[in-house]
Amino acid sequence: MRPLRLVIAEDSVLLREGLAGLLERFGHEVLAAVGDATSLVAAVADHRPDAIVVDVRMPPGNTDDGLRAAHALRSAYPDLAVLVLSQYVSQGYASELIASSASGAGLGYLLKDRIAEVEEFITALDDVAGGGTVVDPEVVRQLLSRRHAPMQRLSPKEREVLQLIAEGRSNAAIARRLVVTEATVSKRIAAIFTKLDLAQAPDDHRRVLAVLAYLGS
Amino acid sequence: MSGWPWRSAGYLLTSAAIGAGAGLHAWAFARVWGGPGPSAAALLLVPLLGTAWVVSAYERLRLPLVMDRATLLRSRGTLREIAYGLVAVLLLWWIDLGVLGVAAGLPLFLMAAPLQPTANAAVAWSLAVLGVVLLPIAAYPVATWAGVRAAMARAVLMPGDSELHRVIESRARLVDAFEVERRRIERDLHDGAQQRLVTLAMRLGLTGLDLPPESKAAREVREARDQVRLALAEIRELIHDIHPRVLTDVGLEAAVRDVAGRSMVPVDVDVVLPVRLSTQVETTAYFAVCEALANVSKHSGAASAGVRGRLVDGRLVMEIRDDGTGGADADAGGTGLVGIADRLAVVDGRMELHSPAGGPTVLRMEIPCDP
Repeated sequence: MRPLRLVIAEDSVLLREGLAGLLERFGHEVLAAVGDATSLVAAVADHRPDAIVVDVRMPPGNTDDGLRAAHALRSAYPDLAVLVLSQYVSQGYASELIASSASGAGLGYLLKDRIAEVEEFITALDDVAGGGTVVDPEVVRQLLSRRHAPMQRLSPKEREVLQLIAEGRSNAAIARRLVVTEATVSKRIAAIFTKLDLAQAPDDHRRVLAVLAYLGS
Repeated sequence: MSGWPWRSAGYLLTSAAIGAGAGLHAWAFARVWGGPGPSAAALLLVPLLGTAWVVSAYERLRLPLVMDRATLLRSRGTLREIAYGLVAVLLLWWIDLGVLGVAAGLPLFLMAAPLQPTANAAVAWSLAVLGVVLLPIAAYPVATWAGVRAAMARAVLMPGDSELHRVIESRARLVDAFEVERRRIERDLHDGAQQRLVTLAMRLGLTGLDLPPESKAAREVREARDQVRLALAEIRELIHDIHPRVLTDVGLEAAVRDVAGRSMVPVDVDVVLPVRLSTQVETTAYFAVCEALANVSKHSGAASAGVRGRLVDGRLVMEIRDDGTGGADADAGGTGLVGIADRLAVVDGRMELHSPAGGPTVLRMEIPCDP
């Protein structure tokens, strides 16, 4: 795991400092830890970090200021990886974020609770910094509870794989989790792509499309 | 052009009925005066008072034509109502028709110029064009007089109406206060307890890292951390039910999308609003949609549903439809429809339910939005 240069934006002081401590403990460098969206934009301009960890709700507006700042920063710095933390699940946020990730750097949307699973949280951040897409399992769980026409075509095993993709796991991680070979995982992913009518495209791009179809369906 | 001038014109035109009544009286009066004599004619004032009373009731009935919030209180036959009816019979009706006749009649007369057989074609057509130009202008005196006239009728015939309005407004304030309080609780939970629990869970996670993974202490810490996460999940649900965060933060469209996402029946969401609406309107619409979608899941047996929302002429119009079995009845109660109607009533909104047996069911809500 390579050390990352990070900027944190979180308005609760306790959580902000705890988060900074946690990240430093895993060898990452916290360039700035700020408490509002305006300072976040300034800090990113100053430090040019590899990734930012940002709370959705922050001053000055105390609505979705953090999320909007993250969007603006992504257009300004296409290489900037963004991990968004939220206190509640909104599929709107998730699909909006992922739609903006079809090109460019990694992106994650996690419930704040996930920080408690320290190692998983650090892995997710690492995936995001490496260009991956991470979606909170809770978002996926809500989506899976629905009855969607295109999703109905998938077998339970394929849905399992899709869920793990949506959680941002690599093929190797999925294989370990399901106790199958990586070749099997690849075969299932190919089947998912076919069933969701996704055009032939480079693998990484299709992964994103599958997750998008999943979220948008 | 809105429907207002037409409604105003219609309102004034209905004065013709009063005119007919007045004419009948005048005719009878003249006959009796010429026959049995003046003292017998004086007796005709008695049926005139009766007519005045009928006219006051008629005035009340036609008020909704030009007044949105006219509350139809029952006639009490008071002296002031009869007096007003008398004024209407003797004076007001011909002013109504006069205003209408001059303002709308002149342009219509000009427009008819080309139909005159003797007319010079060029002059006739330019007169017709002038008539067309004048017609929209005629809307102003017609609408103004209709407004003045309706305000008069309302002031005389419905003195209690303003009191009722005060009651409605105070109810709206009360509901508003409840809503403010709910949002305060939600905010306190979100900024206070929830943040502290997240921090606590994170610290427990960090502590766990320092302990040998298989030790008893590590197991205890993991257990404690899981308990905190359960508490967090519960608070999140609680907050969502009190007042969903996404509604405050992003607005009605995103909030409806989320409810639709949670629904067991697939819901197609098509809500397009150019601006954020007032908190009261958004909250009312949101909870009404929740209620409606819950009904769809519970009662309709539908395979799919849809929510459509638009801002039309300053009113939020939302339609919730499903392809279920239909037969929903707003009066039967117990299906949450009464709850929706109650919510809407507070913000002066209304609801229409179309649910024939066999479906489909369409629930349409309209809420006026202040600009």
